[in-house]
Amino acid sequence: MIDPIALFLLLLSASTPILFAALGELVVERAGVLNLGVEGMMIVGALSGFATAYYSGNAFLGFAVAALAGALVALPFAILTQFLMSNQVASGLALTLFGLGLAALFGKPVEGVKAPSMAAGPLGLNWIVWLGLAMVPAIWWFLNRSRTGLILRGVGENHDAAHALGYDVRRVRIAAIAFGGAMAGIGGAFISVATVLQWTEGMTAGAGWIALAIVVFSNWTAVGVLAGAWLFGGVTVLQLRLQAAGVRVPVQLLSMAPYLATIIVLVAISARQKFSRRAGGAAPGSLGQDFHALR
Amino acid sequence: MNRRQLIASVAAMTTISLALPAWAQDEPLKVGFIYVGPVSDGGWTYQHDQGRLAVEEEFGDRVETTYLESVPEGVDAERALTQLALAGNDVIYATSFGYMDAVINVAAKFPDVKFEHNTGYKRADNVGTYDGRFYEGRAVTGTIAGRMTQSNKIGYIATFPIPEVIQGINSAYIHAKKVNPDVEMRVVWAYTWFDPAKEADAANALMAEGVDVILQHTNSTAPLAQLQQQGKIGFGQASDMASFAPTPRVSSVYNNWGAHYVKSVGRILDGTWQPEAVWGGIGDGIVAIGEITEAVPAEVKAEAEALRDKIAAGEYHPFTGPLNKADGSAWLAEGQTATDEELSGMNFFVEGINAELPQ
Repeated sequence: MIDPIALFLLLLSASTPILFAALGELVVERAGVLNLGVEGMMIVGALSGFATAYYSGNAFLGFAVAALAGALVALPFAILTQFLMSNQVASGLALTLFGLGLAALFGKPVEGVKAPSMAAGPLGLNWIVWLGLAMVPAIWWFLNRSRTGLILRGVGENHDAAHALGYDVRRVRIAAIAFGGAMAGIGGAFISVATVLQWTEGMTAGAGWIALAIVVFSNWTAVGVLAGAWLFGGVTVLQLRLQAAGVRVPVQLLSMAPYLATIIVLVAISARQKFSRRAGGAAPGSLGQDFHALR
Repeated sequence: MNRRQLIASVAAMTTISLALPAWAQDEPLKVGFIYVGPVSDGGWTYQHDQGRLAVEEEFGDRVETTYLESVPEGVDAERALTQLALAGNDVIYATSFGYMDAVINVAAKFPDVKFEHNTGYKRADNVGTYDGRFYEGRAVTGTIAGRMTQSNKIGYIATFPIPEVIQGINSAYIHAKKVNPDVEMRVVWAYTWFDPAKEADAANALMAEGVDVILQHTNSTAPLAQLQQQGKIGFGQASDMASFAPTPRVSSVYNNWGAHYVKSVGRILDGTWQPEAVWGGIGDGIVAIGEITEAVPAEVKAEAEALRDKIAAGEYHPFTGPLNKADGSAWLAEGQTATDEELSGMNFFVEGINAELPQ
């Protein structure tokens, strides 16, 4: 018999990397920037976090460095899109490719070595899992209850109005991009430092793209991101768990369940928006648009 | 270089090599490889590259090797193979199943270049194939798994329902059952060769079911990392994964392609190469069993090594009857062994495996 509590604990671990990356991207998109480089920032975080944990013997230091590295690698994207007015989609894709290549190149010396194991936190879960859960109310509070969050949302909804009010649109956006990079970096490091304990090229295996989808799925809310990460992680874990229990369900059906569930919810959300006559849903008004101050 | 210059130089090279065969023989044999992943993957491609290095070690100045890594299967493979052929390679090893049609197409354009395709089944006058009998290794690790499990539940993280993987599951189960009649096998299909996060989830799902020994067909170390955290054991796959020894990695099944490459290049050098279908196992050195660590009791280790040696010597076939299929129908009679044709088309579980086999 499948123990639902044990399953829930598995779900919490499994959804942590995408939860971090998606929360970071949520803040970036609420500031009006579409950064498709999540996968690239995650893999850079995975490598730098792993290398730091390996050389220093301290896994927590690894996560701190991963956050820093994720933010740093996002900076070229920030400069390209905020100062040089480059296309955000193309720059974000370039960031993914750049991150994958950069990590592959610098990862050579730490191939085949093993990270130190981490002491588990409450309920046998990694401390980073708890940190991820704590980030959900923190980001909700920041976006909806803090003054800085209000400014950030204002920049994302209408950058011209925010600029007219005297807010520095670029500075807000660069800070958001750096934060998004840091969160993606931690998410990536969770895979290398806490889950696999080794570095391998391409080890994030598309988690960044799922994180991007979850932000849309969440309707740009922190609670929605948590729900999306849990749904995706939960269905993944559940289908593997059902297989392990020897339940005779067609395996192909189980394997496509996470993707199927995601699509169904996306359709449900857009249908609801259609009936509420709110075109565009909750997407920030200036999402993906270049900002150029004319005055 | 524009196209005209390219054609001219290729024509010139061809003329020189045709006109001066004696001179060409003094040149080193050029050996090309194309890899589907990065050399650093620590698994499949890494082991092929170790094979390439073994060729260099063995033949020294008589060979010159090059490789192209991370070549996607499909149209790009044809371009990469053509590039290697134009660069004057005398033999090209294509190391992934998905290169099959590209190899056949390019080989038809370069009849003087020899090709060998890994894990495929299409051959031509200048195209041979080579593969490993990985199920032989899984007979050994299955034996260890059956002896080591305390919960009598062993798990298998499977990739795709193809004959190679099904052979592995069946072989592991048959030999675990042989030494431990109470053993149960749990199978999880991950539908990936390499996705660390998903492999970790699969390992956790199996352990939540009470499994305490896991065999994996996927290529990352993620399942071993999870096993370690819970004090359970598993085996290295594709490469030795020795950094997880002595526990959780108590042994491994890995691919030692060097054994084949050295033999194959040697035959090309002495002119006896033929396009063959090589399917080598432990005896040929292509499938290797990693060191069995001290976490395994000495008598179990001795038993596993005895089995390994019997398979290597050809005295024992891992699929020897009596064996029934999972649906209860008879497969092999007492003492009868499976033919290679049956194995290469295997699409059923043997009796006793209670798991879904996607068709």
